[in-house]
Amino acid sequence: MNRKSIMAYPYIVWMVLFIVIPILLVFYYGFTMESSAGLTFSLENFKRFFEPVYLMVLVRSFILAALSTGICLLLGYPLAMILASKDFKRKNMMLLLLIVPMWMNFLLRTYAWLTLIEKKGIINSLLSNLNLPTINIIYTTRAVVLGMVYNFLPFMVLPIYTVLSKIDKSVIEAAEDLGANSLTTFKKVIFPLSLPGVISGITMVFMPAVTTFVISRLLGGGHYKLIGNLIEQQFLSVYDWNFGSAISIIMMIVILISMGILSKYEEVREGGGIV
Amino acid sequence: MNKMGKKFIAMAILVLGISGLIFTGCGENTDRITINVYNWGDYIDEDVIRDFEDKYDIRVNYDQFATNEEMYVKIKSGSSKYDVLFPSDYMIERMIEEDLLQRIDMDNIPNYKYIKPQFKDLDFDPNNEYSIPYFWGTMGILYNKTMVDEEVDSWSILWDEKYEDEIFMLDSQRDSIGITLKMLNYSLNTVDEEELEEAKDALIAQRPLVLAYVIDEVTDKMVAGEGALAVVWSGDAVAAMKQNPDLDYVIPKEGSNLWFDSMVIPKNSEHKDEAELFINYMCETDIAYKNTDYVGYSTPHIEARKKLDPHIRDSEVAYPDIETLDNCEIFHHLREYLKLYDRIWTDITAR
Repeated sequence: MNRKSIMAYPYIVWMVLFIVIPILLVFYYGFTMESSAGLTFSLENFKRFFEPVYLMVLVRSFILAALSTGICLLLGYPLAMILASKDFKRKNMMLLLLIVPMWMNFLLRTYAWLTLIEKKGIINSLLSNLNLPTINIIYTTRAVVLGMVYNFLPFMVLPIYTVLSKIDKSVIEAAEDLGANSLTTFKKVIFPLSLPGVISGITMVFMPAVTTFVISRLLGGGHYKLIGNLIEQQFLSVYDWNFGSAISIIMMIVILISMGILSKYEEVREGGGIV
Repeated sequence: MNKMGKKFIAMAILVLGISGLIFTGCGENTDRITINVYNWGDYIDEDVIRDFEDKYDIRVNYDQFATNEEMYVKIKSGSSKYDVLFPSDYMIERMIEEDLLQRIDMDNIPNYKYIKPQFKDLDFDPNNEYSIPYFWGTMGILYNKTMVDEEVDSWSILWDEKYEDEIFMLDSQRDSIGITLKMLNYSLNTVDEEELEEAKDALIAQRPLVLAYVIDEVTDKMVAGEGALAVVWSGDAVAAMKQNPDLDYVIPKEGSNLWFDSMVIPKNSEHKDEAELFINYMCETDIAYKNTDYVGYSTPHIEARKKLDPHIRDSEVAYPDIETLDNCEIFHHLREYLKLYDRIWTDITAR
């Protein structure tokens, strides 16, 4: 037994206690049903999920999360490029500004948006004082997407920034020496090299976005049930842990599949791209 | 034993050891008895707890919950031990049925005599063996007089297209389905599928008019004038009306929900005597007054009510004449029909 494996023990214990055992419990509940004879094995919970109502919730969660992830990528990539460019003077300041909101509690930040965008909220009172038309996005899907983008944008920027700032500058110089203009350099060199960052950014934004229940509750006004709300409802108000666990399992599987596709794509790009 | 086996056992011991540490970490090491009290959030004047600790030399470990269900899950799973809980009516019925509560020895609660007789022997605890009422109230419509001109006296105003995007409903299946059933002149405890389908259709039709389905935020939003009409509990209505005089509260003529939050002792309590001492203390006139004054909900305590500010004491909102509330119902435990309600609520909110 070497020293390294001893050092890993606390983590293994941690993992068993807080990851493996809970997941096993989720599976245990997911595949059982409460009946008069106690808990019995059943696939009923999964069958129930494939009713249109629940599928619609799943589809809606995915659309909203995908939309938010897309917007985060569109906003986050240029920002990461600005941050990573070496002649950008206020880099540390910008990074700090990006990170500081994350020191505050997630719930508080979402609540803050509520007071900003509600009907008689801060933004609308400003607008109406200036005799401008007010915006009514509170309690709509737009507000939910806004909340997701705001909360998860740093998770997109930071991994891309890290990857971009580590790109060997000589590779870019080489491209330029070979006559590539800046667009071609970006398309053929910078972007392919930054893909690992993009992919982890997508993962880190998409996963919390697809499972959130706080944002949809607060900013969506309970109008737009997402999969996270459905799970929470099963555990806290209906006490149907079996169905709740089944939804969680389906969720895990779907996320695993989408992540699998994403990483496949990454491999292909790496294999086919420049090395 | 081979190496793998040893490793496995070492690991198992470590896992068990740590879980032991985590789950028994709150063990006490003084002679002072500690009782664990589990109440709704912001539902007590916390000075009262300190006074109790000083007076009886008993430590109080005070926790809070947000919903009956959250509390129930904790008690049912047996993971945490509490000595005094504050569940609502239907939850008490359920907990009695599932044998989660123990009988309270009324000889130890002499202050029980201060509880208004109308609040004793209620349906959820017919012989009043398990619970002592703490607060009570009704559910109704809170409305903004500057935004609503007509007289509000029926739940059906929440279906009036005039108030599109001005209506707050509760994001709580039982309550929202309940008031809809009341509007349709059914019992809010119905398990009749046809009646429930009718309520479901009504709620689906209402969806485009609803600004948001909210829970606790509703009072703040109404005070800020974000909506014209909202479904609220009477205690919250009293608080909101204090902050914004434009607001008024009404119990619709079709009837409504009458609710109680009561003190109970769970089966696994190890300090029943101290728990009873605590409950009795909470029913002392001064203490009940302090809590009522702080929380602002309606007290079932005769003497405590008398001490209140006349403005609240004689308020029709906080203390409607319970005799006139004959078409108000207390929620009952739904048992297996809980899933039916959930399905209906999901049908309404998931589309």
